[in-house]
Amino acid sequence: MKQSGVIRSLFLCAVTLCLQPLLAAEESAEPVVETGVETGAETTVEPVAVEAAAADPAINTSSETPQAELVVSPPDINTLMQNLTQASLSEAIDIVDQLEELGGRTMLPLFQSMMDGELYFEKTTLQMARISKDAAGVDIVTDPLSGDPIADINQENLDKIRVNNRLRGQLREAVGRINLMEGSDDQRLAAAISMLSSVDEDSKPLLQEAAQSEMDEEVLAVINVALAMIDLKTTTEDQVRIDAISKLDGRLEGPVRNLLGTFTSEGGNNTASPEVRTAAFIALENIESRVKFYQLIEQLFFGLSLGSVLLLAAIGLAVTFGVMGVINMAHGEMLMLGAYTTYVVQQLMPQSISASIWVSLPAAFIVTALVGILIQRYVIRYLAGRPLETLLATFGISLILQETVRTIFSPLNRRVLSPDWMSGSWQYNAALSLTNNRIYILLFSLLVFAALLFILKKTSLGLNVRAVSQNRAMAKAMGIRTDFVDAMTFGLGSGIAGIAGVALSQLTNVGPNLGGGYIIDSFMVVVFGGVGNLFGTLLAAFSLGMVNKFLEPATGAVLANILILVFIILFIQKRPKGLFPQRGRSAE
Amino acid sequence: MKVRKLITGLTLSVCASTLSVFALAQDTIKVGVLHSLSGTMAISETTLKDTVLMMVAEQNKKGGLLGKQLEAVVVDPASDWPLFAEKTRELLTQEGVDVIFGCWTSVSRKSVLPVIEELNGLLFYPVQYEGEESSKNVFYTGAAPNQQAIPAVDYLMNDLDVERWVLAGTDYVYPRTTNKVLEAYLLDKGVAAEDIMINYTPFGHSDWQSIVADIKRFGSAGKKTAVVSTINGDANVPFYRELGNQGVSAEDIPVIAFSVGEEELSGIDTTPLVGHLAAWNYFQSVENPANEEFIATWKEFIGNDKRVTNDPMEATYIGFNMWVAAVEKAGTTDVDAVEQAMIGITAPNLTGGTATMNKAHHLTKPVLIGEIQDDGQFEVVWETDGLVDGDAWSDFLPDSKPIIADWTAPIKCGNYNTTTKTCSGQNY
Repeated sequence: MKQSGVIRSLFLCAVTLCLQPLLAAEESAEPVVETGVETGAETTVEPVAVEAAAADPAINTSSETPQAELVVSPPDINTLMQNLTQASLSEAIDIVDQLEELGGRTMLPLFQSMMDGELYFEKTTLQMARISKDAAGVDIVTDPLSGDPIADINQENLDKIRVNNRLRGQLREAVGRINLMEGSDDQRLAAAISMLSSVDEDSKPLLQEAAQSEMDEEVLAVINVALAMIDLKTTTEDQVRIDAISKLDGRLEGPVRNLLGTFTSEGGNNTASPEVRTAAFIALENIESRVKFYQLIEQLFFGLSLGSVLLLAAIGLAVTFGVMGVINMAHGEMLMLGAYTTYVVQQLMPQSISASIWVSLPAAFIVTALVGILIQRYVIRYLAGRPLETLLATFGISLILQETVRTIFSPLNRRVLSPDWMSGSWQYNAALSLTNNRIYILLFSLLVFAALLFILKKTSLGLNVRAVSQNRAMAKAMGIRTDFVDAMTFGLGSGIAGIAGVALSQLTNVGPNLGGGYIIDSFMVVVFGGVGNLFGTLLAAFSLGMVNKFLEPATGAVLANILILVFIILFIQKRPKGLFPQRGRSAE
Repeated sequence: MKVRKLITGLTLSVCASTLSVFALAQDTIKVGVLHSLSGTMAISETTLKDTVLMMVAEQNKKGGLLGKQLEAVVVDPASDWPLFAEKTRELLTQEGVDVIFGCWTSVSRKSVLPVIEELNGLLFYPVQYEGEESSKNVFYTGAAPNQQAIPAVDYLMNDLDVERWVLAGTDYVYPRTTNKVLEAYLLDKGVAAEDIMINYTPFGHSDWQSIVADIKRFGSAGKKTAVVSTINGDANVPFYRELGNQGVSAEDIPVIAFSVGEEELSGIDTTPLVGHLAAWNYFQSVENPANEEFIATWKEFIGNDKRVTNDPMEATYIGFNMWVAAVEKAGTTDVDAVEQAMIGITAPNLTGGTATMNKAHHLTKPVLIGEIQDDGQFEVVWETDGLVDGDAWSDFLPDSKPIIADWTAPIKCGNYNTTTKTCSGQNY
């Protein structure tokens, strides 16, 4: 590794030295800047360079004066970019610095593409190229600086320019510095926020300049916070410090809290005067109490979100088990089938991930509803009134479905992509951000619940379902086709589980074992809520989610799960019919 | 495609059985394969079964071993830990195998141990594990903690200047022991106790919201923070996804994982993982002629161009080659003779170095740190200067500090206390 790095830099130096005379002739007389890479080269690689130069008559003519190799020309952007293609990861950091210094704003597309891993180079000419995908997913090769398409390039000869975390971090900072002056509102805000964690005296001029030209209030506020932080860090005068602290009061950003924390700590290296300490202490208290408030909101959201997942997992079972009374151990596999349907749909339309979700929903409903109807018609129907046999049979079916999926799709997890609008998070302020996918899934679960409620309460199918579940014999006597209604009900429950599976595919692994992870949770929710009561299921899901999330920080995830299960066992002892038992004759 | 695979599988097994009948007549050397082919671990272990079959086929192409053909005996312990012990007994007593390649989880290995020692068998265990064990009858070709976890922490500490640590793991023996070793190591290095956060989650945990929020909060204290993850298998995907969604990037809080390899990445959307790290002794992306040959052979054997190779496969490869070399050296497949011949045996690894079997039945290995790329491969960003010798008993736990394993005379003990100069008698 190290050796190849040395060889690479030697090669690089040889190349630069060969080119220098030519470049020096063309370039204007800029001040001589010595770079680390090139100074190292002067002594070690000179003979190689001379040889190489001698071999090439074109270069030979311009490098006749022996001093030519020793004069280090100013690094220009092209040379640096070529160097970058050959540099090791640690050398690249220097080169990126120089590029930023020389190119400034013009380097933005280069840095951006490098950060995104879209930057390549031609192996022989060292020309850089950016490979990005257009809307249709087709590769387009462009010049990273100008953005013009490059036509005559063979992608086979391209090699990727490697980036690692450190480099990516550095690029992000560089992009931030550039964006702070000239980016869009969002970019400037992001740049200003990301600068907070690393502000020091050096960044002061840039920030002051940015503050003068900044029109957006939000961005300006953050820049002022950054300036106040610099003041607080660099000065030793009490009054300046206290002023700075008063400017920082009420800001929720993490770096602000950390900085104030250093002034309130009891440690020996805290040299602040008592007045400064008190000011910092009060400001910090104030901030902390606000942060705590937002943490509570965040925790509530986590609870609701876990509740929504539980609700999705359980809602299909609330129909098959709750309304029909079938102990359906294959329920988890219906979730799994829904998730796999999402995968298949995505495979069929790889260009439009976002639309595939909308196609998946009806597709998953149809697939799982059909499977559910088949199971009901050919297995469960014959086991009516025999819960133990039903349990065993459906458990068998669940294994059959798992192994079928394993055979068709392999035991490995399948890759289901999330549409862009479902990734990332919604930032309310520095202390509170809620992830988009959880927000959507929370809304989606409520929507599914409302739809199911509508079907059961307002449609003739729903009326029949309720009639059959309340009194089968009477319903039959009234002319309801109970067999048909049973099949439809089971299909409905399974189909809803399938839809839930689409949502779960966005949260967890899509694999043969997906269902197994949710079957216990589903039964837990339905039983806790009261069998046969949809609102009970809703309430049970959200309360269990909430309790779990409030226990988790105190006890850890493992113990929280155990405590919940213990609680449910105790609860069922006391109230065997759950939170909302069915009353009246229909309950018998 | 699946059907074709099934058919080739069937024909293969038919061929294998006819071959084995044919070969039985000629006296073969039997190689037991004890990897789960069904249940939760099938996802990882099936690959290793195929690797052993490939190695056996390759060896037979070269003319077998000691003039005999090798014959693989495959059993399926079905991810059921007690069944591992039963299947081991079956392999040793009924099938009379000369060596077993098998196990993935530590609990399955622990279940096999009493049987393999009682019947004096030979097991090659190819997965990175928590250490604190050395059996006469087992060769550990995966990494001990000092060959994966400790160098990884060193890398984070020295190269990324990490000062605050989250040790996150799934709640079972490997993460718990590894984290115990790591915690002791970090405290030893002067990290304050409040800068270490330890968190365990159940198998297959999928709701990571609060934990990621905690990590984010823990990481916003102004010191560079990293997550050392011993999170197992399936739980990783929702974990990384949540990190991505909550805006925790690899540049801010890198996650270094010990259980995420090429195979695991092949089934998931890698976008949220790019830039996060993994520590292994092998990556498919390492450029080396031996590795390229291995990858080509593997793809041809499995008949799928998209299959990847991973670290436990390399460990299986090394273990198999070492066993072959040891049998040739000893001139017999007798367990005691092979066991003594194994110590000091060398075999080339796939990253350009040479693995040596040490007295404690562990290997010398290079340690590589790789960054996850968007194509599911790793870019090596750091590696140890030389090879690291596998240490069965961690030097960072007070209880196991004085203990060594040495299977050469005169000590001949897997649990030898150097201060009291006694062998505990308990071999594992």
